[in-house]
Order: sequence, then C-alpha cells, then structure tokens
Amino acid sequence: MPEPDFDEGAAISATGAGGVGQGAIAPTGTGAAMDLAISEGATLERTPGGPEGTGPAGKPRSLWGDAWRDLRRNPVFIVSGLIILFLVVISLWPSLIASGNPLKCDLSKAQLGSRPGHPFGYDGQGCDVYTRTVYGARTSVTVGVCTTLGVALFGSVLGGLAGFFGGGWDALLSRITDIFFGIPVVLGGLVFLSVVTSTTVWPVIGFMVLLGWPQIARIARGSVITAKQNDYVQAARALGATNSRMLLRHIAPNAVAPVIVVATIALGTYISLEATLSYLGVGLKPPSVSWGIDISAASQYIRNAPHMLLWPAGALAVTVLAFIMLGDAVRDALDPKLR
Amino acid sequence: MLLEVRDLQVEFKTRDGIAKAVNGVTYSVAAGETLAVLGESGSGKSVTAQAVMGILDMPPGRITGGEIVFQGQDLLKLKEDERRKIRGSGMAMIFQDALSSLNPVLSVGAQLGEMYSVHRGMSRADAKAKAVELMDRVRIPAAKERVGQYPHQFSGGMRQRIMIAMAMALEPALIIADEPTTALDVTVQAQVMDLLAELQREMNMGLILITHDLGVVADVADRIAVMYAGRIVEEAPVHEIYKAPAHPYTRGLLDSIPRLDQKGQELYAIKGLPPNLMHIPSGCAFHPRCPMAQDVCRTDVPPLANVSEGRRSACHFWKECLNG
Amino acid sequence: MGRYVIRRLLQMIPVFFGATLLIFLMVNVMGDPIAGLCGDKACDPATATRLKQEFGLDKPVWQQYATYMGNVFTGDFGTAFNGQKVTELMSTAFPVTIRLTIIAILFEIVIGITLGVVTGLRRGRPIDTAVLILTLVVIAIPTFVTGLVLQLVLGVEWQWIKPSVPPDAPFDKLLIPGLVLASVSLAYVTRLTRTSIAENSRADYVRTAVAKGLPRHRVITRHLLRNSLIPVVTFIGTDVGALMGGAIVTERIFNIHGVGFQLYQGILRQSTQTVVGFVTVLVLVFLVANLVVDLLYAVLDPRIRYA
Repeated sequence: MPEPDFDEGAAISATGAGGVGQGAIAPTGTGAAMDLAISEGATLERTPGGPEGTGPAGKPRSLWGDAWRDLRRNPVFIVSGLIILFLVVISLWPSLIASGNPLKCDLSKAQLGSRPGHPFGYDGQGCDVYTRTVYGARTSVTVGVCTTLGVALFGSVLGGLAGFFGGGWDALLSRITDIFFGIPVVLGGLVFLSVVTSTTVWPVIGFMVLLGWPQIARIARGSVITAKQNDYVQAARALGATNSRMLLRHIAPNAVAPVIVVATIALGTYISLEATLSYLGVGLKPPSVSWGIDISAASQYIRNAPHMLLWPAGALAVTVLAFIMLGDAVRDALDPKLR
Repeated sequence: MLLEVRDLQVEFKTRDGIAKAVNGVTYSVAAGETLAVLGESGSGKSVTAQAVMGILDMPPGRITGGEIVFQGQDLLKLKEDERRKIRGSGMAMIFQDALSSLNPVLSVGAQLGEMYSVHRGMSRADAKAKAVELMDRVRIPAAKERVGQYPHQFSGGMRQRIMIAMAMALEPALIIADEPTTALDVTVQAQVMDLLAELQREMNMGLILITHDLGVVADVADRIAVMYAGRIVEEAPVHEIYKAPAHPYTRGLLDSIPRLDQKGQELYAIKGLPPNLMHIPSGCAFHPRCPMAQDVCRTDVPPLANVSEGRRSACHFWKECLNG
Repeated sequence: MGRYVIRRLLQMIPVFFGATLLIFLMVNVMGDPIAGLCGDKACDPATATRLKQEFGLDKPVWQQYATYMGNVFTGDFGTAFNGQKVTELMSTAFPVTIRLTIIAILFEIVIGITLGVVTGLRRGRPIDTAVLILTLVVIAIPTFVTGLVLQLVLGVEWQWIKPSVPPDAPFDKLLIPGLVLASVSLAYVTRLTRTSIAENSRADYVRTAVAKGLPRHRVITRHLLRNSLIPVVTFIGTDVGALMGGAIVTERIFNIHGVGFQLYQGILRQSTQTVVGFVTVLVLVFLVANLVVDLLYAVLDPRIRYA
C-alpha cells in the first residue's frame, strides 16, 4: 500500500506505546512473538476495505501488479516493447516486409547507393542491403533469445541452489564463477570459436551460454539469499515447510525479478557480442545472414560506400537499445527503492 | 519564546496525489523547556521537525503556509545560506538511527570535529581536541583512543551518545530529538535519555522530543503536544494529560499502555488504522476511529479550544472526555 | 587487514589456475596445436607424430598443462609461429595496450564520474534525461561500430586523426582509440555513479550532514561522494582487466599493434603458445586488478577494513 511513511519508527500500537515505557515487563521472546502476531493481524486487516480501502489507490496490489501498472504508463516500455515485437515478427516472417532473397546478389551492382525498390543500396557483393538487414534480424533475435534462455536456465538453477543451500556448494560455485569472470569474453570467444568450423548459430550460442551463466548465477544467488532472509520464509521454515516447497513457493517468486531484469538487459548485450564476434571473423560465417558479418564486410568499403555499414549498424544499435531499455523499464518498475 | 511554529502546512507530492502531511500546526518552545510531540507514523510530527530544521526534502515536500519563528526571526523568510548557519549552531537535531545517521566512512572524530572546523573555522588539531572533549562530555570511555574509530565500531548506545555530542557541539539554543531512543536496547534507553535531559538542563536549551513512547515522555517532558493527521489535537502540561486527557485520541493512547494492575486483561487498542494523508477524513480527522464520535464530528473541524491555562484540545466534546 | 589480503590472495590461486586451464583446454583439446607448425598445409602423419613428441603433446593433457605452467613460472612462454619468443612479442605489445588502457581509464574517471555526479544531483532535469539517453545509446552500439563510425567521420571525412595508428603508438595517437575502447564502460560508469549518488543522497547520514549546517559543496564532496564512489572505483578497477582483453576490437579497427593484434595473429596462424601465453598474462592482469580493487575497497570503506 503506497501510504507515505513520513515518520519513521513503529506506529503506536498496543505494544509500541507500552512495553518499553513501563520498564520492559515482558521478556523479549514473547515481545517478538507479539510483534509478529500484530503485524500478521495488520496485514490481514488491510486486505478487505479498511478505512483507507475506499480511496482509488486503496486496492491491495502485488509487486507484479504494481510493476505492470507502472509499465503500461511508461513510454520507454511501450516504445521498446513495440520495437521488440516488430523484430520478433520480422524474424519469424521476414518476407512480410522484404520480398527479395538476401543471398541473391549481382556483382555488377556492388556498392551502389540507394535506388527505387532498393532503399538501402547494395553491398560489396552486390546484394540488396535492405533485404539483408531485414533477414539479419532473425539471426540476432535467435542468438539473443536462445542465449538468454540458456544463461537464465543454467544461471538461475545453479545460482539459486547455491544461494539456498549455502555452505560448500556455495563456495564452490563462487570460485567457479570467479574463474569464468577471469576470462575476458571477447578473447575467450576468439579462442573458443576459432577452432569451430560449423557455420550454424549454435556454437556461438553455446559459447555465450558458457561464459554468460555465471553472471546470472551471481544475481540469482544474491536474490535467493535475500529472499531466504525474509521473515515469512523463516516462518515457513519454522512451520516445517520442505526445502522444495520453500524454494518454489516462497523464494523463487521473490527472487526471480532481478534475474528477469538482468537477463533482459543481457539479451541486448548478447546480440551485440555476437555481432562483435562475427566482426572479428569467429562468430557466424557466411552464408549466414548477420548484421555483424555485414558490418565486418562493409568496413573494408567504409570510405566509398558508408551506407553499407550504417544500415546494419543502425539496425543492430536499435535492437540492442530496445532490449536494454526494456530491461531498464522493468527494473524501474520492479525496484520499489527507486519510487 | 525560543521557537514558535504558527499554522505550519506541509504537503508532499507523491505518485498517487498530494499528501497533506502537516495541516496547520502551532506550537512553541521556551528556553530550558521540553516539549514532547507525540503521535503515530504519518501524524506529521517528524515532518514538522524537519521543516523547523530546514532539512525537508523539497521536492517532493513543500511548505504551503505558516511561520517558523526562531529567536525572533521567521526562518521561512531567510535565504538558504543564512538558514544553514543556524543549523548546527542555533538548533541541532538528533536522529533515531545513529548507525545510518552517522557517515560510515568517516571517523567519529572527523564527524564531530567538522562542526568546529566548518562553523568556527578551527584548525584540524583543535577540532580534534574538541571532539575528544565532546566525547568525554557524553561519557564515552577512552575518548582519546576512540576518537579515530568509525561508527560501526561503537555500540548502539555509544553511537547515539555521539549523535548527542554532535548536536550539543556548538551549544545550540534548541535541540530536536526525533525518537532518540527508539532504536536502542531498553536498558540503554534510560541512560541516553537521562544524558540528554541532563545536558539540556546544564545548557538551558529548548528541547523538542518527538516520540511515540508515553513512558519516556512522563519522565522528561514539561509539556506534551499530541498530533494526529498533521494537526495538534491536544496540548497540555505533562502531569495533567496523564490525569485526565481532554481528547479521545490521547485517551486511547494512554489506555493502550499495558499496566501491571491490569494483568490478564485484554490490552486496549485504538480501533482502525491511521488516516490516509491523501484522503484525510472530513470534519475531525479522528472521527472514524473515535468511540465518542457524533454527527458534528463528521462535518465540522473542531477548533483547538482552550481547556484551561496552557491546555488546549481539538475535540468538540473535550468536556465530556475530560470528565471520563 | 593483513588477514584480509592473505585471504584474497589465496582465493586468487584457484581462479588463476582454473581460468588458464580452461583456455589451455580450449586451445589444446578442441584445436589442433600443431596445425600451425607446418606452414599453410596440413602436416604429414610422420611429422605430426614427431612434432607431438617434441612438444610433449603425446602426454596426457594435465601433464602438458603442468609442464606449460612450470615453464611459465620460469618466464618461458614458448615460441611463436615465426620462431620469435612469445615474451618478445609481449614486450612490444603490452606497452602499447597498457597505454591504450590508461587512456581509456582516464576517460572513464574524468568524463564518466563527472557526468554521473552532475546527473545524480539533478535527477529528472533535462540534463539528466539527455545524458541518460546518451549513455543508453552508447551502450547499445557495439564498440566496433562506434570505432568504425568514428574512424570514418574523424579519420576519413574530417581528417582530424589518422585512420590507423603507427606501430610505436604514442599517447596522442591513441586518444580516439582510447575513447572508443572506453565508450561502453564510460556509459556504465556514468550510470553507476548517477545511481549511487542518487541513492546515497537520500541516506540518513547525508541528512545529518545537512542538519549539521555544512555548506552544500562540503556535504557533496566529503559526505556524499566518498560513499558513492566506492562501487564506482570497484567497477573501474575490475574494468582494467576487461579493457585489456577487450582492446582486441579497438586495436583491430585502428590497426594498433598491441596485445589484441598479437593475439589475433596468433589465432589466425594457430600459434598455440602465443594465444595461451597472452591469455594467461591477461588473466593474471585481471586477477591482480581485482585484488587491487578489493584492497582499495578496504581502504575506502572502514567497515571492510575492520571486519
């Protein structure tokens, strides 16, 4: 309930005004139990229309409900959401907006600028830049989404379990994540992918999952540890809830928000990383159609035909930006501290 | 009068609308006097104090009316730099949570000495010597050795003593203590409160003690002002209020103190919840929770009526309340 | 404090061996370590066997790794494809990359922190929004695109700089490449500083400082900044390692003969020794940078120092 809390400190309640002033009659144990009971009572009291339940802002809201209400009003979220929706649609059905074939090239038209029907001009091989830019979205979105799914799955499971069980497993995981953090990503990619000959997207995705999961694991570990310390989780533990029940019912719903935010932002950076690796010649290889490959190829002609570089680079930047902004907006909506 | 707050009004802009935190508060403090301001969260007691100190977050806060007259000048008419010079030297504030209120990365000596170096232009060495003196004064053992330590190395009680020392450093005329003992262990509370009262007597300072703890109030305060929904609902000398409250809210507060002679009986609690400052109830803001509420309470705002010399109540039925 | 340092040092050891082992495995098991030794064509089986024996490649991998690490600790990083000592390559490449990294870090500190402080203190104002959007754009555009575009605009169109850096790579020629290398981190530093300032400016101790009657600039510099910069310093410190590793892209764009260039050559020519050697040193740099950050953290935050 977003009731402004100007005065810090406990409200005057039966215990608040009492206990202390009269010289602490009750031993602390019962005092704590009482506090718990009272706060329990207070929460129960608040749900159905209390005195303030009448106001427009009086409906009880969950973290997610609150966040969603915020997001719907946030122009950043709407814009980035629409861009992403558009990207997903054209990666599924690129022919909706591009009738050509990205691999059909005509060397005689190489490096030509914009002409009717070919608004972005031609690249160094005489392929239509517009068509290639549209088809490139599929690669980027596939790489981004698959990597994020893999990273989120491995990272949150391993990190979450380490955070939940603590002890030796936690220490082990911390050291392992340290090791992966010790390898510079681009370097690792160069070393790892240079020995791979496959031309599909899977080695690239596999590599990025391999180096990306520790990031999510750390986040998940941290938020599970925080969630674990919540009073209601401790209470559930005291009431004899099983580990799996506590993890799934009490901890996971509360720990998942930071993971989602970081994963969304990371999705953008994975797309960017794939392009970087492709630029270095170890990511995707032709005949794959990828913005990174096109930018890399265009960089040789940068003096004569900058349009070849700018279109795929612009598309790449907008895509990455959309995911980062989406993640940012979700974070702002989920983080009550920033309100 | 040392400090007179007249008809002060403060609003906060929130995501869901304007919250009226203070709605016409009037109180005064004389030199050497202790005024206890009592009220629950959201009653506006801390916001009033922050407005007096000039440390209100603006925005989202906004002072929409009233005067704050300190030693004869209206603080709200001063420039920020003039106000700043009053803070610390003319009036000082003690906060509830000393651990978070002290800078974690500066030694306590540096934080105490800063008062002297900034306001008095003292050299570092002199300021440090003064800091040790201050720590001695609030009875921190081994002050000389501990002056270079950091807040987290002190116990809760010691930290609050440091806060008190910091407030007392320039011997201000007025101290505002916002729940100074709430965060402390019960055993330490009395010591800290006694220290505060003792220093106040010594320096003949005015003290505004913001609290929700009626027990603390009885021992140290001269007068009590009870706040509810941004207004003062009752103001009275301390012994009178305990004998016979003239407002049903005060009565409710007093009744909710557990007493030894009533052991085994159910504790009394004021029914309902504190008001939503976005939608303060019409008429008397307390009427939805008041056992004595009549129709007139729903429509008319009760004026702060004189009950007796130095005693006022904002209740339509203060006489009935006073007579139990 | 002493125990803290020792604990951190001990924690570094498994990370160092883990990371180098991982790279070693990638190169030696997945790749073909002798492929680069017979020129452009594949080695014939007899030569391959001989070479494998010569380099100890017929032994189990863990033994190869142990031998390699043993050599590394005596300062022997092996030889590159052209017979040059890897250490020789390093002695020419690292100074260049270190210069580039220093420039990048300076950009991060000067521009990043300044922008972060300015925006953090003016949350919600136009300048804040503008800088925030700018940082997002910078983060969104991959470094290699920023680099190529800057090279195109500054080097080719306006001719302010030479599009490629000479082999000796003096400081002044590395300014723009340094900015490119720093760009994404610069944006992160700005955002991090902004968030940190914004969060801390609501902290109780800042309110106390105001209540003490301190002038605004003193509240900011002495109380707010000191606390807010702790996470920023941490980030910049860890970034040293990341920048040196990530310099490969910038170095490729501006044709700078630094670590990235040598590594790239090493990978192209499948020179295992060069690759593993350089990466090992980079991992070490990264770890030492992290250690320094941890120590710095303890210096800045007494709560850690005395924990």
